[in-house]
Amino acid sequence: MLSPDVIERIHEKRRHYPDARAAVLPALHIVQEELGHLPADVMRSVAELLDVPESAVYGTATFYALLQWKPAGRHVISVCHNLPCTLLGAETIIEHLGRTLGVGEGQVTSDGKFSFQRIECIGRCDGAPAMLVDDDYHGNLTPEKIDGILKTYE
Amino acid sequence: MDAMLLKRIHISNSTDIDVAMAHGAYASVEKAYAMRPVDVLDEVRRSGLRGRGGAGFPAGTKWSFASMDPKRPKYLICNADEGEPGTFKDRFILERDPHLLIEGMIIAGYAIGAEQGYIYVRGEYPAAFDILERAIGQSAAKGFLGNGIGRKGVSFDLAVHRGAGAYICGEETSLIESLEGKRGQPRVRPPFPANAGAWGKPTVVNNVETLANVPFVIGLGSDAYARIGVEGSTGTKIFSVSGAVKRPGGYELPMGITLREIIYTHAGGIRDGRDLKAIIPGGVSTPMLTAGHLDVRMDFNALLATGSMLGSGAVIVMDDRTCMVQATSVIVRFFEHESCGKCTPCREGTRWFSQIYRRIMKGEGRENDIEVLLSICGKMKGMCFCPLGEGAIQPVMSSIKYFRDDYERCIRKQGCDDRACRSKANMNVQPGQSESKCSLTG
Repeated sequence: MLSPDVIERIHEKRRHYPDARAAVLPALHIVQEELGHLPADVMRSVAELLDVPESAVYGTATFYALLQWKPAGRHVISVCHNLPCTLLGAETIIEHLGRTLGVGEGQVTSDGKFSFQRIECIGRCDGAPAMLVDDDYHGNLTPEKIDGILKTYE
Repeated sequence: MDAMLLKRIHISNSTDIDVAMAHGAYASVEKAYAMRPVDVLDEVRRSGLRGRGGAGFPAGTKWSFASMDPKRPKYLICNADEGEPGTFKDRFILERDPHLLIEGMIIAGYAIGAEQGYIYVRGEYPAAFDILERAIGQSAAKGFLGNGIGRKGVSFDLAVHRGAGAYICGEETSLIESLEGKRGQPRVRPPFPANAGAWGKPTVVNNVETLANVPFVIGLGSDAYARIGVEGSTGTKIFSVSGAVKRPGGYELPMGITLREIIYTHAGGIRDGRDLKAIIPGGVSTPMLTAGHLDVRMDFNALLATGSMLGSGAVIVMDDRTCMVQATSVIVRFFEHESCGKCTPCREGTRWFSQIYRRIMKGEGRENDIEVLLSICGKMKGMCFCPLGEGAIQPVMSSIKYFRDDYERCIRKQGCDDRACRSKANMNVQPGQSESKCSLTG
């Protein structure tokens, strides 16, 4: 079920477009911000709210890399593994994170705190190697720096 | 020369409209409103401004197609889906000078007759999304956006649309599909967006940097603007320099500057005292160049003449420790992941690339692998539905062309040898791993 606040925010986005379907992606962003991921029943609610086919919402939700349709950790760590970051040590960072968190890529830590995934270029090549934790950018990463960053998330 | 597009980004509070206006923001709007839309369009055409997103299409020509189409409403879309790996130039404008972009969009909207604009910003730039929303609110409060603005009483509104992580959405028809709420897959062209774009209406899609140039074209006038840069590539370009350089960063320089000046004068040269091996001049979909190309001028035509492309101006520098098989494998893995699946040559070809590179890196390269890779390139070339597939073959072909030795060594030695892949500093082969195998994709 969508909360009244979420419904209002989706309606607010809807006003920007001549067609309701255009509000699907904004709506999915809003829901994900609220719930951390996109459960199937919520996708159904979005479809009903915007009066678009459920299959259209599901099709859109599963196309984009940043939309999580499986339960995620409270914080999502996305490490860039594209060329500029790889040239400057992304694989070392990914290995270190896997060891530190004790989970493989695409998994959630046992305390539910972190999800850990690879991501394509995040446009922070001037601070390579770089990663996003939720909406926060962290660059010029080293294994030592990673340990300090992880401590700042509750 | 002094920075033009990036001149306000170091000012504190540069995203605030009062600060931006104290430093010249929105001055060109009034100048444009004093002209007829067709004259604004003409100024942009005469300035020689070409699209900064990758293709280099003349902006004024693109505008005129949409402007001449009688269908209404018309839409203006800013492509802020900066996804070409190595590119981060638009981020400076989006995060530090949103009012420059808004000013450019107001003028562009006036020239083509659009009353609604969208800024499609990539999902990986959450800060930019918030900054743009706030800037649009400030701009509307000052009366630059809304109904009946300016002496002419034009209407123009803006909304920010947040993408969600899909490289393909940088391609303009896929971006429009995504804006409409669908999966980001390209449309058949023609019809071109200028005639049937968003919701079937005339639509202009311009890159952030292209639109950010518009206030300067109008402010300086097309003649003065066209004196910056070189013939065929006017104005400045923001180069995103990354990889093995001492000072990676965004550098706004006149079009036509040499790679040598960008890499050695501005980015400080190669780090760790190493030698230059390879340069990608315009993002990973543009053909690689070598140290022998350092004196190539960075403009649309000069790069085409060398067999590469200016692309987004994302200069990725690799030093002599880089194994080009390994570097290319990272790029093809990216294209495999980002292929939207719509057309067979791209969907299958990028997958085959990835499998073959992975196999070579695991020490299972076959003698005819180079020929197989080139044959896949041949079957994709000109056969893909959109430029993504065409882009995927460029790193493969160019790395084989210039660095065939690396391939032969990797295949012959059943994995990379010591000089290249085993280099710990560069490509992360960890101590203790088998000396004959690559770690990156193995």
